[in-house]
Amino acid sequence: MGEAPKSYLDTLPGLLLARAGTHGKKTALREKQWGVWQRFSWNDYLRAAAEFAGGLKKLGFGPGDIVILIGDNRPEWLFAELAVQALGGMALGLYQDAPAEEIAYILELSEARLVVAEDQEQVDKMLSLRAGLPHLSHIVYHDQKGLVGVNEPGLMSFEAMREEGRELADQFPKWVAALSPDDPALIATTSGTTGRPKLAMLSHKNLLSMAHNLGLVDERRQSDEFVSFLPLAWMGEQMMAVASALLFGFTVNFPEEPDTVQDNIREIGPNVIFSPPRVWENLAARVRVKIMETTRLKRLLYDLFLPVGIRLADARFAGKKPGLGLRLAYGVAWFCLFRALKDRLGFSNVRSASTGGAALGPDAFRFFHAIGVNLKQIYGQTEISGISCIHRDGAVDFTSVGQPIPETELTIADDGEILSKSPSVFLGYYKNPAATAETLTADGRLRSGDAGYFDDRGRLVVIDRVKDVMTLCDGFKFSPQFMENKLKFSPYVKEAVVVGHGRDHLAAIVCIDAEIVGRWAESKGLTYTTYQDLSAKPEVYALVKDEIAAINTQLAAQMRVRRFALLFKELDADDGELTRTRKVRRKVVSERYGTLIEALYSPVCAMNLRAEITYQDASVREMCGDLRLEDVAEGTAA
Amino acid sequence: MAFLEVTDVTLTFRGLAALTGVGFTVEKGGIVSLIGPNGAGKTSMLNCISGRYTPDSGGISLGGRDLLAVPSHARTKLGLSRTFQNIALFRGLSVLDNLMVGRHARMDYGILASILYLGKARRAEDAHRRRVEDVIDFLGLSPYRHQAAGKLPYGVQKRVELGRALAAESDLILLDEPMAGMNLEETEDMARYILDINEEWGMSVLLVEHDMGVVMDISDKVVVLDFGRVLAEGPPSEVMANADVVAAYLGGDDAVFLGR
Repeated sequence: MGEAPKSYLDTLPGLLLARAGTHGKKTALREKQWGVWQRFSWNDYLRAAAEFAGGLKKLGFGPGDIVILIGDNRPEWLFAELAVQALGGMALGLYQDAPAEEIAYILELSEARLVVAEDQEQVDKMLSLRAGLPHLSHIVYHDQKGLVGVNEPGLMSFEAMREEGRELADQFPKWVAALSPDDPALIATTSGTTGRPKLAMLSHKNLLSMAHNLGLVDERRQSDEFVSFLPLAWMGEQMMAVASALLFGFTVNFPEEPDTVQDNIREIGPNVIFSPPRVWENLAARVRVKIMETTRLKRLLYDLFLPVGIRLADARFAGKKPGLGLRLAYGVAWFCLFRALKDRLGFSNVRSASTGGAALGPDAFRFFHAIGVNLKQIYGQTEISGISCIHRDGAVDFTSVGQPIPETELTIADDGEILSKSPSVFLGYYKNPAATAETLTADGRLRSGDAGYFDDRGRLVVIDRVKDVMTLCDGFKFSPQFMENKLKFSPYVKEAVVVGHGRDHLAAIVCIDAEIVGRWAESKGLTYTTYQDLSAKPEVYALVKDEIAAINTQLAAQMRVRRFALLFKELDADDGELTRTRKVRRKVVSERYGTLIEALYSPVCAMNLRAEITYQDASVREMCGDLRLEDVAEGTAA
Repeated sequence: MAFLEVTDVTLTFRGLAALTGVGFTVEKGGIVSLIGPNGAGKTSMLNCISGRYTPDSGGISLGGRDLLAVPSHARTKLGLSRTFQNIALFRGLSVLDNLMVGRHARMDYGILASILYLGKARRAEDAHRRRVEDVIDFLGLSPYRHQAAGKLPYGVQKRVELGRALAAESDLILLDEPMAGMNLEETEDMARYILDINEEWGMSVLLVEHDMGVVMDISDKVVVLDFGRVLAEGPPSEVMANADVVAAYLGGDDAVFLGR
């Protein structure tokens, strides 16, 4: 191997200094406050980070110390993160909806002395845990609503911290000069489908090499605008709003509130978007719902022109060049529909759109490509700083996750597990050498825990988690996630859990999508009250049965779902049934709904299901309801 | 001396006695609830305070000043604002404009300055907009800022109604059935807002309400009206235990309705 490219061998705070030095007056960040977009220049960004670092320094922070961050997406998150990194410490982001017990565990493990908790809600969470956390001495907030006049030891505002640190802020360049790209900069929690989250440590080099290599195949420009609305605790968001933004110098925009995100995206018109599949699917579903409710003319245009877009997209997916007639028709469709539709979604300026974290349905892919959004699939993990593979422009397909980015080597182990090697592979799990040893092989390859293979065009296809591949009693191997994804491609299905390990056929527990099935029910004149009521209706069962039957026709006989039941509640991360990133926790589901699964493999048509949910605070909630179990008829023509 | 003093107010409409000898007080920084069966005269009482009706006799003073001597349109300047039971928003105006209307008592530039919209008028508008944005942030109205008020869901309209009264930055705010028509979650939110405007914004609150759970939880004092007369006045626990009040309003012993 030759000498490593120099362009990314730097540190995050080092890049901040460089940017402020070269074009300090240009806009680095924007936040919408009081109804108006307030801008922060690179100089402002640097000053805020330097002052906060000064405040941390006064409190004795140094190399190896951890600052915990929790809250909405605000510039203060970035300021605090860069500040602790400048002193040689690490930033650890938490999801806002993480349960108190998980937060306590992470705070204990990290021995963090300071938490930047955005507002009263997060501050209250920290205060309630404080008793058991002797290390936690300071809680910093930046939204003072509800906190004025509250007197707790160590509670201070972001402004107060900055004031404290002002006199030391000039030493920022000196502190940064002492850093090395291999120093750990970030700790990211990984979504555990079993057990507690692990804390992955990533260095400056990990983050920046990933941003650089991704940028080589998916262009980023300094003039780009990006809207940061996904949790900054998520690796994907860190990759965009922190690492890539500092490396390429584009502007990061922070929305006003979580419920104004859609409007704010329209106002900014970002050039780059990266979101998990559920965001894309929700968008596509919302468009469909709004079309159902709009004027006749708009509905007409949509019904007339969307198929044209889909045909063009399909031609491109198949690798064929679309004929002149189709291209002309698309031109008309663009003018009459797609241009306006893209504008409504805020995507007029989108040059790069990607999805990652889970599989995205082909219909969603088709929809976005049809309207002119070049949506690409990404594959990776937190442990590789986010991304190892991405579709290349013009080579998007529904089954693969694309090809590795530069400097990334992917191999498949004997048991089918995907292994990767790159400068972006993490440093290890914080205080968990056993887990690190399990995840990194002797020669430094990352075990992804996913099973996959390379197709004939050299693209990686991910099947499922290695642990989750199941076998029917006749030895037939299948991936429940693959089946669940297929079921979830139907707009009426929100979540699905496929069971069948050791059985003779597949069955499914399905959760309907409340909003979409609700509207469908209204359009059919069906009245319903709650989710439980809606999911028990025979008409809804018939609807889902048809969907499953249609999916079954595309599958081999053994892969078909033979029986299903609609669950009386949605699977919920708060109930422990899903992870925070909406992946199914199979063990919890099979324990809690064990009786239902048994019933699916018996001839009964109906049962009364009791589910007991024990929460972290030891309170127990019991839900019970009548469920039907239905067969999906063999050989029904779709 | 109490902040709001209502003394012996009598209001009649051609033989129909809406209020007879009603008297009570609101302390500075307190939350007082006015309760009673429908037709007891609660809204009439609020209307007397805000100036929509003129009582036949009696006195109302705010912060020592005689309110009845001041015409209704000038009472906002004295630090009084109110909401209406049936929402009185300008349906065609945006939420932002509705809230800006609430600032009218504090706008002091003249018509010429408005037409030309130069210097002073512009600066004043910006300052008012800044305060209104605080109200928007407080009530969580950011997603609705530019939408026409008439098209909003009922619960949001009620919040805008409250917001307009808040925008006036008054000392005493009159709330006419703020929880009417709200579900449990909206009611809890509204109760939280009322407590916050009292604690954080320092406003005294006089509210008319039927939701006994809310009344018991948030009020410092409860005044019970029945057929235009004060039946009881005191802390919530005392008033609820008062036999007359129970008989007239809350129903018999087995039907005391203390919340949802």
